[in-house]
Amino acid sequence: MTDGFRRGAFGVTGSGDTSGFGGLVRVEPGGAVALHSTERPYGGWFDEVTDALVDAVGEATFAAAVPRVLVDRGEITYFVDREHLLTLVQALRDDEALRFELCSSVSAVDYLDSGGPAANTGRPRFHVVHHLTSMTYRRRIRLEVAVTAEDPHVPSVTGTYPTADWHEREVWDMFGVVFDGHPALTRILMPDDWDGHPQRKDYPLGGVPVEFEGAQIPPPDERRSYR
Amino acid sequence: MTTTQDPYAGSRQTTEGRVYTVTGGDWDQTFGADPHENERLVVNMGPQHPSTHGVLRLVLDLEGETVTKARVVIGYLHTGIEKTTEYRTWTQGTTLVTRMDYLAPLFNETAYCLAVEKLLGIEVPQRAQTIRVLVMELNRIASHLVGLATFGMEMGALTGMTNGFRERELVLDVLEEITGLRMNHAYVRPGGLAQDLPAGVEVRIRELLTVMPERIAAMHRLLTGQPIWQRRLKDVGFLDVTGCLALGVTGPVLRAAGLPWDLRKVEPYCGYETYDFEVPTADTADAWGRYLVRVAEMGESLKIVGQAVDRLEPGPVMVEDKKIAWPAQLSLGADGMGNSLDHVRHIMGQSMEALIHHFKLVTEGFRVPAGQVYQAIESPRGELGYHVVSDGGTRPFRVHVRDPSFVNLQATAAMSEGGMIADVIAAIASIDPVMGGVDR
Repeated sequence: MTDGFRRGAFGVTGSGDTSGFGGLVRVEPGGAVALHSTERPYGGWFDEVTDALVDAVGEATFAAAVPRVLVDRGEITYFVDREHLLTLVQALRDDEALRFELCSSVSAVDYLDSGGPAANTGRPRFHVVHHLTSMTYRRRIRLEVAVTAEDPHVPSVTGTYPTADWHEREVWDMFGVVFDGHPALTRILMPDDWDGHPQRKDYPLGGVPVEFEGAQIPPPDERRSYR
Repeated sequence: MTTTQDPYAGSRQTTEGRVYTVTGGDWDQTFGADPHENERLVVNMGPQHPSTHGVLRLVLDLEGETVTKARVVIGYLHTGIEKTTEYRTWTQGTTLVTRMDYLAPLFNETAYCLAVEKLLGIEVPQRAQTIRVLVMELNRIASHLVGLATFGMEMGALTGMTNGFRERELVLDVLEEITGLRMNHAYVRPGGLAQDLPAGVEVRIRELLTVMPERIAAMHRLLTGQPIWQRRLKDVGFLDVTGCLALGVTGPVLRAAGLPWDLRKVEPYCGYETYDFEVPTADTADAWGRYLVRVAEMGESLKIVGQAVDRLEPGPVMVEDKKIAWPAQLSLGADGMGNSLDHVRHIMGQSMEALIHHFKLVTEGFRVPAGQVYQAIESPRGELGYHVVSDGGTRPFRVHVRDPSFVNLQATAAMSEGGMIADVIAAIASIDPVMGGVDR
């Protein structure tokens, strides 16, 4: 099932369904991010920024660097190829028509099985997300770089945005994504000798069952969950 | 045989196997003398230290009293809140995020709820928006008062500390009357608010509005004109606009450097564009400017609170959509805060469907369409951003918080290297980090 949709709920499938839940079609975890894209025109200032970015880096580079663009809920996401990330952020910060002076945040999302179509190097499960802010034009954009667990390398943007220093250390700490070119990529929130990367989806939440008035309540990650 | 000799654990081969002899040793005997060793001193401050603004650890390289290198170590208050939200419903998320930056709980709640509402594509009723602004601005005053109180304490002005916490209590009393709790309110919920304002609280708020300006003036009289206070703060912890932008610093620190960047003005949310208030700035780019900006912001917040109380009109405080809105309003009963008795009577005695609906919404929660949003608001410490991802389920897929304290704290080295060790304290106090937000 990699078409990005999930069918049914409460395990209801086949002809026995009278509830209507068997006919439910929903986007799979991450499917909205991993598989959808928006065609031009994007509307609003999104076209203006995209044109300026194409002008700044050149059409050929842009086409290679940004395979997909997604406009959703009034926000624009550029899906960026990691080879070209540094070229793009440099242009985004310095070009007069772009002026994204502030890197608000760098974080990551672990989409596990649904981060995108599988390639021979594995699924791109980690999506590193950069939120950039233009104070001059009062705009915000999002850059998203997808990498696999087998080759979790993303170039560090600390050269362009020094503020990304701690953000990238946090992403390394929590997800195990390696930022090449970072001055000191060490753990920041967890102890230095910690094993594993806690915010990965396959890292357990932990916890013990709790006894309460004779009943045993399982830890949160082992409780029943609703599909 | 080994070719390298471990300086701490020499080994020799015996008939019993290899035997290690563990020894200590002085640094210079082991690695050779450092020519500057007499001048260089490494001082560890914290994490348990009264002047480091919480469980913050500083490792300072000193030459005499001059700081040559300042390294910041964080993580002592990491509680994994972001991970925990992935195992709770969207509504329960409010209870978790409010505990991050514990001095600005209502900002965390509002930013989180705005992000969830953006994902849902809903807008909350006017009254809920006005009350959100009201409680956020009260919270901003309380937060700045703690900021100034700890600032005073760390500079040795202990009366500033006692006064700051005393005035904060006035604000917290009002917040307690509104939300039921002094801190960690969980009052703002996706879709609106947990409950409406209690009857007669407008009078309490107006009382606060008449008392507070005098208390702020007293703060001025106590600290602003005081020569020691001025000399400890002026030209200390310098960071100009270029430095702020490179390091991602926002909030009072950026405004004290001269850039009037306030998300309430530049990216209005909750209807801030309809309120009349100024964005205080300074042009000194030092701890003194940050102090003045914070004091001035409390006055502006009082103005906004006054306008919000004036425009309160009766109406719902939760969205109409019964598939999202919490089924009951909370109310005060004989055994504390809980679901209103009318509601309990309704679901237990009158309507089976209402009971099922209540049960489903409270245990399972509502579904949020898949996608991701980034929502930023102006917290007392700067840009508080929530990156929230949904997979279409009843729980958040990922919540990442761009906490302003976390980002601003990176400026410590730039502000304090080359200065005196005493000024490091002033620089950090002027950033006003809250470690609950830094470590999350």
